[in-house]
Order: sequence, then structure tokens, then C-alpha cells
Amino acid sequence: MRRGASWFNVTSITLGFAFLYLPIVLLVVYSFNASKLVTVWGGFSTKWYVSLLSNQGLLDAAWVTIRVALLSATLATVLGTLAAIALVRFGRFPGGTLFSGMVYAPLVMPEVITGLAMLLLFVAIGFARGFWTLTLAHITFSMCFVAVVVQSRLITFDRSLEEAALDLGCPPFRTFFTITLPLILPAVVAGWMLAFTLSLDDLVISSFTTGPGATTLPMKIYSQVRLGVTPEINAICSILIAIVATGVIIASAVTKRREVDRQRAERLAIQGV
Amino acid sequence: MAGKLLTAGKSLGPIRRAFAPWNDPAAKPFIQFQNVTKTFGDFTAVDDLSLNIYEREFFALLGPSGCGKTTLMRMIAGFEEPTSGHVMLDGQDLVGVPPYRRPTNMMFQSYALFPHMNVWDNIAFGLKQDGMPKPDIATRVDEMLALVKLEKFAKRKPHQLSGGQKQRVALARSLAKKPKVLLLDEPLGALDKKLREETQFELIDLQVKLGMTFVIVTHDQEEAMTVADRIAVMDQGKIVQIATPAEIYEQPNSRYVADFIGDINLLEGHISSTEGGVTTLDCDGTGAKVQVSQDGGAKLGDHAWFAVRPEKVAISLSPPADPSVNAVTGEVWDIAYLGDVSIYHVRLATGATVKATITNTTRLVERPITWDDKVWLTWSRDGGVVLTR
Ligand SMILES: Nc1ncnc2c1ncn2[C@@H]1O[C@H](COP(=O)(O)OP(=O)(O)O)[C@@H](O)[C@H]1O
Ligand SMILES: [Mg+2]
Repeated sequence: MRRGASWFNVTSITLGFAFLYLPIVLLVVYSFNASKLVTVWGGFSTKWYVSLLSNQGLLDAAWVTIRVALLSATLATVLGTLAAIALVRFGRFPGGTLFSGMVYAPLVMPEVITGLAMLLLFVAIGFARGFWTLTLAHITFSMCFVAVVVQSRLITFDRSLEEAALDLGCPPFRTFFTITLPLILPAVVAGWMLAFTLSLDDLVISSFTTGPGATTLPMKIYSQVRLGVTPEINAICSILIAIVATGVIIASAVTKRREVDRQRAERLAIQGV
Repeated sequence: MAGKLLTAGKSLGPIRRAFAPWNDPAAKPFIQFQNVTKTFGDFTAVDDLSLNIYEREFFALLGPSGCGKTTLMRMIAGFEEPTSGHVMLDGQDLVGVPPYRRPTNMMFQSYALFPHMNVWDNIAFGLKQDGMPKPDIATRVDEMLALVKLEKFAKRKPHQLSGGQKQRVALARSLAKKPKVLLLDEPLGALDKKLREETQFELIDLQVKLGMTFVIVTHDQEEAMTVADRIAVMDQGKIVQIATPAEIYEQPNSRYVADFIGDINLLEGHISSTEGGVTTLDCDGTGAKVQVSQDGGAKLGDHAWFAVRPEKVAISLSPPADPSVNAVTGEVWDIAYLGDVSIYHVRLATGATVKATITNTTRLVERPITWDDKVWLTWSRDGGVVLTR
């Protein structure tokens, strides 16, 4: 087979990437637009980034979003990891398939329904809506994503490592923290990142479950866009993109580096040095 | 690569030869299985099994894959609880004692080295659990590293080690706590043949030197014969025979054991006499008479098999003095030349094949006996045994 770039490959890659990234590039470019009109280029400027700092509404929303995301991602990671362990380790039991299926259900459940169901629940038990209902809702929907990620790691986890620890006198609880957790940590961290991003950009469920004083950034942006897109919105979106991109790049760089180190070490071992 | 675990000083012969507590009625068993059954769902992995293992014994569990060896061993370690029956260690009932409170350590088939810890920390892991003072841990770990000749590898992670080195770390880790019993589950399975043979002898040295009780699981009969004081041959959750390697080989109690260990010729027939300490078996088909100076519990008229190892069968072109007893005749069907020995496959009139192994004591130029020759196969009265099952 001929290697390298044929015109067909080049075209499809270009089209694909354009499809994915053109809107984003446009958004970032226009965030540096000096003109107030979003669609007319008026020269380069960073003034929208500066004016962001004095937009108290957006800053408040950003602060709420980050707090909710940090808290819900952390709690969802704890609960999701525990759920994954229970599902993988409990062995087979009657209704086990149904049970693990139910953990996955929120993955495919329409967000509107999840949101509505939660709203009804909070109203029914008389839970004042606000920061805490928002956080609870985010935990609920992101937990199953964590469970899925951790579960796939646990399935390939060599149980004899835990048995070896027990055999050497380490009680089960300590074994979990000294052996199991360090080894599944990459999956747990990946689950946390996933939960964090999901919480960061959720709009639908947040809209249903929030209350006065707890407006998240996506909700704020959405409500402002209905009044017209301002370059300020472009600016804050660009910042969000930068944050997410940095995270992704760092994560993949670390993984890549590890992989290279591991391969080199294995070569050394094979040579028997 | 593989340095000796110990530079063998004195021969272990005297120690190994004199050791036979299983023949001493006063000796107290160290590990005891009492009518132990283990079932997984409706599958019985270990079936009403009783077994005694003595202190300082090197005991091998041998059997084909899936016969329940690992399950048996895991009941000593505490990873499985018997469905019924008792497992005792040093007079104490182990049932209900969790693995982390048992004075046994196990070397896992996969080695199970902790990948996120270096060699030093792997070996120190068990000692830290006991709350041993730091300087003592350091001393013990260094001692263990020296024992397995891995001093220079202390800071390596497991994935930076070769298979043989990993095996040594696993061994050092399981020995570090000086357990009363060391359990080895197919410990050498992942090593190549040469390294495996070397390591077998190192294990023996180590066991005698440390004075520990070793229980090894293996499906490799040569390995069991090499290392063990006694072997238990297992089949489908039951023990078929427990004996020393020599007894297992020379006095198998059943066709299953005879066939599992080494090569065997079986001649089927009926017991026609058991007089004067000599058992006579009339072979079906050929009508040849086999006389064995052993009774083996066979009774007159029993359906039985004569079992004789190929190396105990002599092959000759001329008939023996008395061709009516302990002799059969046939044609050379096949010859396997293995360098050190040649194995002759002789086809009898009944269609059965009997093998005879001949040591090649001189360089082979031309075979005195060759294909299609009509030959006589003979053996002595002590050459084989009569088996009734
Ligand atoms: N946890 C388990 N659940 C169900 N079956 C098992 C379990 N452990 C072992 N078995 C079954 O018990 C039998 C004996 O297994 P094992 O003791 O590992 O055999 P061996 O070590 O002799 O190869 C096998 O058929 C195996 O499938
Ligand atoms: Mg096994």
C-alpha cells in the first residue's frame, strides 16, 4: 500500500478539521475585534478582555460555575469510583446486569428529562433551589461517567496484586489506598476531568435545578446571547477554550511522556541490563 | 544472568536423605486438611480431601490444569474458605482467619509485584505492615536482596526487570517475613527451561537452609520430582497418591499416576495366582504370563494391568531362556532416536505397542536392531507393578 498523503486524504482531513474548528477559530478571532459589531472587523484589540473584568454579572457566574464544577466533580469521582468497584467486584448476583445497566442509563437519558425529574424531586421535598441543588444535580449526572471510566480500568486490574498485599499482612482498607487506588489513579483523574468539564458546560440540567443567585456561566452566556452577541461573550468563550485546551494538552503530554519512559525501561529490561 | 541464589557449600544429601517425618507415627502434621470440600456453585473443585504436610517439608501438589491445586493452596493462604471441612496450621484451625493474619506467604504465579513500587519497596511492603522498626526493615530487605543476588536492582521498578529477576523479587518478597509456610503457585512457569532447572535447585537449597515448609503447585512432573520431598498427585479435586518422587515413579498406585508421571507400558489381563509372594497376571490376547514380586492388594481373578517403565524393558533379537514368563514378542514398528537414548516401539500380535528405552552407550553407527526386526521384550520380576485401578 502506498504510504503518505494522497490528495484524497489531505482533502478529507482539511474538510474535517475545518468543520470542527472553523467556528471556534472565528469566535476567538472576533474576540480580538475592536469593533462592537460582531460581524465587522474593526482592527485588533484586547479591550473586551479588559472590560470583562468589570462585568460583575459574568464574573459572578464564572465563580459559581467553577465552585459547582470543582465540588461536583470531586464528589462524583468519589461516588462513581465506589460504584465502579462495587459493580466490578461484587461478582455476579441476580439482577446484576439490570443493576449495571441502570448505572449507565443517565448517559443516554435526555437531559431535559433528567433536569425535569430533579426539579420535581427538589420541589417535592421542599429543597430550596440554588447552589446546592445545582451541585447535587451535577453530581448525579456526572457520576455515571466516572463510573464508566473507572470500571473499564478495574476490569483489566490484576486482582492478584491486592491478594499479594493481603497475603503480606495488609488489611483490605489499607490495601485499597496503598495498592488499588494508586494503580487506578489515572482512570480516576480522567473521570474527574470528565466530570469537571461536563459540569462546566452544562446548560439544560442547570437551568432546571438552579435558583436565584446561582447562575452558571453557560446560563449567563445563553441569556445574554438572546439579547445579541457581544464581543465580550466571545472573549469569555475564548478564555474557556484556552483553559480546556491547556488541560487537554498537559494531560496528553504527560501520558505521552510516561509511555515513552515505559517503553525505554522495557527495552532495558529485555536487554537484561 | 541468573546468579546462584546460594553458593552451595556442603551437599544437602545427609539432610534430605534423613528427612521422612511422614513415616514417623509420633510426628505431628504441620498443615492438615481434614475432609475439605470446596465447591464453586455446583462445581466441586476440591472433593472431601484429607492431607498432612509436615514441618520443613518441601511438598508438591501435582496434577493437570484445573484439578484444584491452586484452590487447595489458596485455602492455606486464606483466599478461599472451605465449603466444608477444616484446614489446620500448627494445630490451629485456620477457618475464618483472614489472609492478612495468617503466618503464610505466597509467591504468585504472575509474581504480582506492585508496579508502582521499586524492588526495595516491594520487598519491604510486608515488613512495614507489621510495624517493624525502620532500621530493621532496611537490614532485612538488604539481606533478602543479597539472598536473591539483586542488590544492584533495588531501585528498579518491576517493569524494568527481566522475567528471571521478577521471579527473584517475588521470591524475596514472600520470604522477607520469614513465614511458617511458603506457598509457591507455579513459581517457575514463566521462565525458560534452562533458567527453570537452575532455579529448581536453588529453591531446594533455600528451603533446606531456611528450614521452612514449602508447598509448591505445579503441573510439571519433572519439576515436582526435582524439588519435592513428597508429591501429591491430584485428579479432579481428589488426591490419587501421596508419596516420595521415587515411590510415585516406581510404585504408582493407579494407571492415572503411572501415566501422569513419565512413560509407561500397560498390559491388561487377569490375576491367575497370588501364591508365594508372587502375583501372576495372564495378559488378554497374547496370553503372556507376567510374574511380579509384589501383591499390591490384587486378588485372584481381579481385572488388572501390568505396568512397566520403558527403561526397565530389555530388547533382544533372540528369545529368553524362559519365553513363557515376563516376555513378549513383536516387531519393531518405530524407533525414536533421542541422542542419549533410543525408544523402540514394538508392535505385539494383538496390535498393542510396548516401548523399550535403550541407552546409547556407544556412538551410533549402525543399529543392531532395526525396523521390522522380530524382537523379544523381557523384564525382571521387580521391573514393574500390578495395578488394579
Ligand atoms: N473463583 C472461582 N469460581 C468458579 N470456579 C473456580 C474458581 N476458582 C477455581 N475454579 C474452578 O475450579 C477448578 C480448579 O481450579 P484450580 O484450583 O485453579 O486448578 P489448577 O490450579 O489445578 O489448575 C477449575 O475448573 C476452575 O475453573
Ligand atoms: Mg493453578
